[in-house]
Amino acid sequence: MANTKTDYYVPHGSPWPAVASASMFVMALGGALWLNGSDAGRAVLFLGLAGLIVMMFGWLGTVIRENIAGLYSGQVDRSFRQGMAWFIFSEVMFFFGFFGALFYARTLAVPWLGGEGIGTGTNSVLWPGFEADWPTNGPEAVGGSFEPMGWGGLPLLNTALLLASSVTITIAHHALKNSNRLRLNLFTLATVVLGVAFLYFQVVEYVHAYQDLNLRLSTGIYGSTFFMLTGFHGAHVTLGAIMLIVTWLRIARGHFTPNEHFGFQAVAWYWHFVDVVWVCLFIFVYVL
Amino acid sequence: MSETTQAREHHDGPHATGIRRWLTTTNHKDIGTLYLVFSLVMFLVGGTMALIIRSELFQPGLQLVDPHFFNQMTTMHALVMIFGALMPAFVGLANWQIPLMVGAPDMALPRMNNWSFWILPPAFLLLLATLFMPGGAPAGGWTLYPPLILQTGDAFPLVVFSLHLLGASSILGAINIIVTITNMRAPGMGFMKMPLFVWTWLITAYLLIGAMPVLAGAITMLLTDRYFGTSFFLAAGGGDPVMFQHIFWFFGHPEVYILILPAFGIISQVIPTFARKPLFGYTSMVVATSAIAFLSYIVWAHHMFTTGMPQAGMLFFMISTMFIAVPTGVKIFNWLATLWRGSISFETPMLFAIAFVVLFTIGGFSGLMLALVPADIEYHDTYFVVAHFHYVLVPGAIFGVIAGVYYWLPKWTGHMYDETLGKWHFWLSTIFVNVLFFPQHFLGLASMPRRIPDYSVQFTEFNMISTIGAFGFGLSQLLFVWMLIKCVKGGSRASAEVWDQPQGLEWTVPSPAPYHTFETAPRV
Ligand code: HEM
Ligand SMILES: [Cu+2]
Repeated sequence: MANTKTDYYVPHGSPWPAVASASMFVMALGGALWLNGSDAGRAVLFLGLAGLIVMMFGWLGTVIRENIAGLYSGQVDRSFRQGMAWFIFSEVMFFFGFFGALFYARTLAVPWLGGEGIGTGTNSVLWPGFEADWPTNGPEAVGGSFEPMGWGGLPLLNTALLLASSVTITIAHHALKNSNRLRLNLFTLATVVLGVAFLYFQVVEYVHAYQDLNLRLSTGIYGSTFFMLTGFHGAHVTLGAIMLIVTWLRIARGHFTPNEHFGFQAVAWYWHFVDVVWVCLFIFVYVL
Repeated sequence: MSETTQAREHHDGPHATGIRRWLTTTNHKDIGTLYLVFSLVMFLVGGTMALIIRSELFQPGLQLVDPHFFNQMTTMHALVMIFGALMPAFVGLANWQIPLMVGAPDMALPRMNNWSFWILPPAFLLLLATLFMPGGAPAGGWTLYPPLILQTGDAFPLVVFSLHLLGASSILGAINIIVTITNMRAPGMGFMKMPLFVWTWLITAYLLIGAMPVLAGAITMLLTDRYFGTSFFLAAGGGDPVMFQHIFWFFGHPEVYILILPAFGIISQVIPTFARKPLFGYTSMVVATSAIAFLSYIVWAHHMFTTGMPQAGMLFFMISTMFIAVPTGVKIFNWLATLWRGSISFETPMLFAIAFVVLFTIGGFSGLMLALVPADIEYHDTYFVVAHFHYVLVPGAIFGVIAGVYYWLPKWTGHMYDETLGKWHFWLSTIFVNVLFFPQHFLGLASMPRRIPDYSVQFTEFNMISTIGAFGFGLSQLLFVWMLIKCVKGGSRASAEVWDQPQGLEWTVPSPAPYHTFETAPRV
């Protein structure tokens, strides 16, 4: 039989990658139009996004169907896993850039503006009297006076929520391996609920920041790093939560087996990654 | 099961024809061809921009283009050549060769492979369209330093988004290559049996996945600084424009190694074949490549010695940069040792490989000069830097690509290329590339600044020589295009081995390589 284990499944031509590229093109175009103040911008942007969503259904649907048809050997499964792992590494490096900006600003740029270091005349020449202190919105107080975000309260609660969700997804994973479908179903659902709760509180926190603390994206370097880091993290949680919901629906349909469950595994990895990023955020953005 | 048997029946050719075949293909050979053709087109586009730059610099004073357009040309030339010509060329070679070299039926993730290619044309459509927008294309240099780059007109978001797309394409491509190498090798091919081209690509792919997301972050911060009021690169708000340079070069220096490591791999395939000896020091080649990859993440600030860094920082980055010369030297030593007492013949790929070794080394030496802080403070932003990176990139990276194309072309097309044409292409390219770039060393040492459309009169002669070299080099590449067309259309039949007992799995399949190869894994 041709389809032995050493046979690697190589799919036929597929329209979905081209649809994906075209949608990304439309999105980029829409984004650029929007930023240049064109009325059509948003519509074009959402058109591209819609294309991307259709593509996701088409492409992933094909993969799931092929999987159910038994076309994938263990080796294909390994390709998926390794691919996902490297994708997560690329995401780690994306966040690393923003953390790098935070560290650089806190340990070098801001102290230099305050007159520290030799050979930096910026302080005495441009902004005499500026005292470096974190958090800051710079010597010209860009964005006006503000209050920093504390770490108690909502951020602490959110930390607890996300940590708990990492535990629940691990329990679900074990349940999957032990063929305990009910447990799998419930604990995946619990993870979804925790994730959504996290997002809800994040929104509440942002509203609080904008309305009560006058802390905005445009509040100097503190506001920039705070919102970009937490914002990109939030976007990743949103994505992770959507993936979790899809996974939960698939579980309800009886997908995944104790031995073959790349889809579940990938989402779980992604969720842990999002979790670790949050812990770093909590320490470096909120507490320290 | 019936579906698979059926699939097997038409497994000898593409499943669709015409444009649909190319849009939907998941075949690594088709996709490799797409990448290579795209790269060639971009090479010609970027080359035209270079000729515009060199024409303006033929004489002092402003004659052909206005300074703003000149600046757009220097910026776009670099972006097109790096992201459009060189990187896709290497990915194209990887697509064609890696499955053949490790004995895999295809790339590990064939659909994603198609995706990573097809992101490129739209991304370049966006990037090149900026030339026609109000305010023109970006003109602040390919390094995109703020605050200057923030003065770009309406094109700015398109530049950022097209770079995002290019980054996404590179990351997807790199993931595919790594997974193909780690998961798809034929039984018996351990890591230390892999051909060096595969090794260097493995490490390049790792560098890509590590570096490209950082670039994505950096340009995202540029975007929010311009449109959403953030202060990352604004000192008044507590940020720092120099911070951009740090983040950019944290990507940028690994990027230059991304542009050279696959070429190292190609040279390490070509030289043993034509010296008829196994590569000298295989293990040390692998170790040296890994060392370069590691070091390339901790040297980035050698591009910033004039920004006012603390002394300890300058020392650290100077010394770490110098360290890179050690593994690089190991490689050059190994290539020379491979040649030593070989029965060498000088077919076109070998000629390009030998020129690579000599001329890349010149670029390495000027790099060392630039790594010295006191010297670099003098040389920075002069034509000396331009000469340095063009020596490593043109007779370095591009000659590597060309050597690889001549070497594997008979395998792809089934025809031998025209050797006479190849030799002409080689000699003209090699002579003119030196006429083009060697004088730039002197210009730089005499302090002619880079990226300026005018210069003082004492620089005239060297600039004229350089421009003549540029046109000579550019026109010689038309021979390459002609050779390619001829070879695709016909020529004497190539045998499976093509060369004189070359090593490697790719030479065990017929020429031209059938549409599907290694459907059952070979034993190594
Ligand atoms: C022995 C190895 C090398 C050393 C020590 C070295 C060192 C340097 C230094 C110190 C600079 C900064 C000069 C300045 O702006 O003042 C530089 C610039 C540059 N190098 Fe190298 N380099 C080496 C190899 C390479 C290779 C292999 C490539 C690419 C294939 C490369 C590409 C570049 C580029 C593109 C720039 C200029 C970037 C820009 O400012 O636009 N270098 N190199
Ligand atoms: Cu560098």
